Amino acid sequence: MADLALQQQLDPVNPPLVLGERDYHGITKDVAQIGEGKTPKQWYIAIGITASITGILGLMLLYLVVNGIGVWGNNSPVGWAWDITNFVFWIGIGHAGTLISAILFLFRQKWRTSINRAAEAMTLFAVACAAIYPLFHTGRPWRAVYWLFPFPNPALDMWQNFRSPLMWDVFAVSTYGTVSALFWFVGLIPDLATLRDRAIANNDKLRSYIFGTLSLGWRGSAKAWKHYELAYMILAGLSTPLVLSVHTIVSFDFATSILPGWHTTIFPPYFVAGAIFSGFAMVMTLMVISRWALNLQHLITMKHLENMNKIMLATGTVVGYAYATEMFIAYYSGNMYERFAFYNRAFGPYWWAYWTMVSCNVLVPQIFWFKKLRLNIPVMFVASLLINVGMWFERFVIIATSLHRDYLPGSWGYFRPTPVDMLTFFGTFGLFLTLFLAFVRFLPMIAISEVKGIMPHGKAHAAHSEVAH
Amino acid sequence: MSTAVVKDPQLYGVIGNFDSPDDLLDAVRAARAEGYTKMDAFTPFPIHGIDEAMGEKRSPLGYIVLCCGSVGLLGAFLLQWWTGSVAYPLVIGGKPLFSVEPSIPIMFELTVLLSAFGTVLGMFHLNRLPTFYHSAFNYSKFGGATDDRFLLVIERTDPLFHPEKTVALLDSAGSRHTELVEA
Repeated sequence: MADLALQQQLDPVNPPLVLGERDYHGITKDVAQIGEGKTPKQWYIAIGITASITGILGLMLLYLVVNGIGVWGNNSPVGWAWDITNFVFWIGIGHAGTLISAILFLFRQKWRTSINRAAEAMTLFAVACAAIYPLFHTGRPWRAVYWLFPFPNPALDMWQNFRSPLMWDVFAVSTYGTVSALFWFVGLIPDLATLRDRAIANNDKLRSYIFGTLSLGWRGSAKAWKHYELAYMILAGLSTPLVLSVHTIVSFDFATSILPGWHTTIFPPYFVAGAIFSGFAMVMTLMVISRWALNLQHLITMKHLENMNKIMLATGTVVGYAYATEMFIAYYSGNMYERFAFYNRAFGPYWWAYWTMVSCNVLVPQIFWFKKLRLNIPVMFVASLLINVGMWFERFVIIATSLHRDYLPGSWGYFRPTPVDMLTFFGTFGLFLTLFLAFVRFLPMIAISEVKGIMPHGKAHAAHSEVAH
Repeated sequence: MSTAVVKDPQLYGVIGNFDSPDDLLDAVRAARAEGYTKMDAFTPFPIHGIDEAMGEKRSPLGYIVLCCGSVGLLGAFLLQWWTGSVAYPLVIGGKPLFSVEPSIPIMFELTVLLSAFGTVLGMFHLNRLPTFYHSAFNYSKFGGATDDRFLLVIERTDPLFHPEKTVALLDSAGSRHTELVEA
């Protein structure tokens, strides 16, 4: 750690993104070795725990399908509760992956290369967790395809209402999942070819077949790189407006209704900022653990972590500003229902949820104004966990507080989650972490070819003059 | 050496093996200066400036994507108009059967979706992926091309190709291991 800090001080303006005396081969080795060596015992223990938690998710979903969605705590008036809260939470987590892989790419932020692969994988896994909720809240997931997609079928014999934001949401989320998967796979191809060639050199038949197939015969030819680089650029250009549209459309689910507390024009930018905020917190949580567990401190450097903390500070402050604006506009509108919705949000029965949200999302990231705290790993780790707690509460607060007290006091209610609600949500973390652990074990979690591309070319080869490979 | 150039049809070309992107670029320029045209490089990451050095044209991928995106846009428009006002006309909330404004989100999403498929499948097509067998894999040190070596091939189909002279050219350009590679 001491020499890492020293390197920072040597070049505070533009610190190196790959630390130590690493050449191209060193990068290949460091990343590829993670998957090639013997599987460590800790990995089996970790995935054993997360797979068991995923098993709980499976049991809960089975229980739901057998008994109907009454096993959740949703009631009248809180007809939407943890199902949509968790859906929005997981979709939001995914947004940081796309921001890192697409938007930072377009802005030529070279530091993204060490973390983009893992962040994109995180996007896919988060979208998978999110997709569970719209699918299962129908109660009949095997029929959901007829209800959600414009798919001509005798079972329904009618078409969807395309004026409904819920339909827009179906298209936005499924497009987002598909495009993220394509982008991720395109990025993986050159690295899969690297793994293939290493497997051939090591005489590992199984791995060479698997990676030989997955890499599609990639050779890194200059003519292929030409099309590849343009394809990557176009995908980044497509993903950038896409990611902004996804959470915008998610916010339309609420904003196009006429419910006080939901019917606000600030929702699209506020939701997008919150999504990026929570996503970066999740990337931070995963990166702090991975770089320590896999010895990748020289590739995921303090510079990367510090930059992510700065983005959390910026987006967290935007979110705080949005909370203040909402409150002010509710007061300034003079509309008593609007005023009540926000008064009730902060001081009603869910006051504890509101203030948990404000403390975690607005106050916690303010610590990152200080460089010492931006560079302190335990501090940023705890902060990232708190931010994710806060962002989950944000969605819960928006949904539950707006619904539970409507215009007629006689129909006021309160939402309490059932054990099935809680265990289902707990189970999605198991699914998310199981997928992430499998990814880290079997695929290159750092974009090998991209990291090589940002290394200073002259220096990198000084130590390497013999044809050894 | 005999002056008659024997072009062995069993040959793919000559592959040279270079230490760094700069060495590779120098070799490309040297080969172009000699008049070679049929060449390609195999590198672990994209080398900037190599397209100009090899005289490569711009990728036509953008046009493929434009076509696919337009199909997505038009398809989404037709889908929403046809289902809402022809196949299943149903007045909801007193609104017109079709209007552009609420159709925009799905028009946007399908444009992006089809453009993305166009990008990836178009790139696969232009690069002829998947191709599980390629002559370049016959080079004994091909594995370096996805690790830390920079390979340059001059193909047999090049009019100037000569099994010895071309090898000599790559050697003199700084190749560490030049090889005649079978097709």
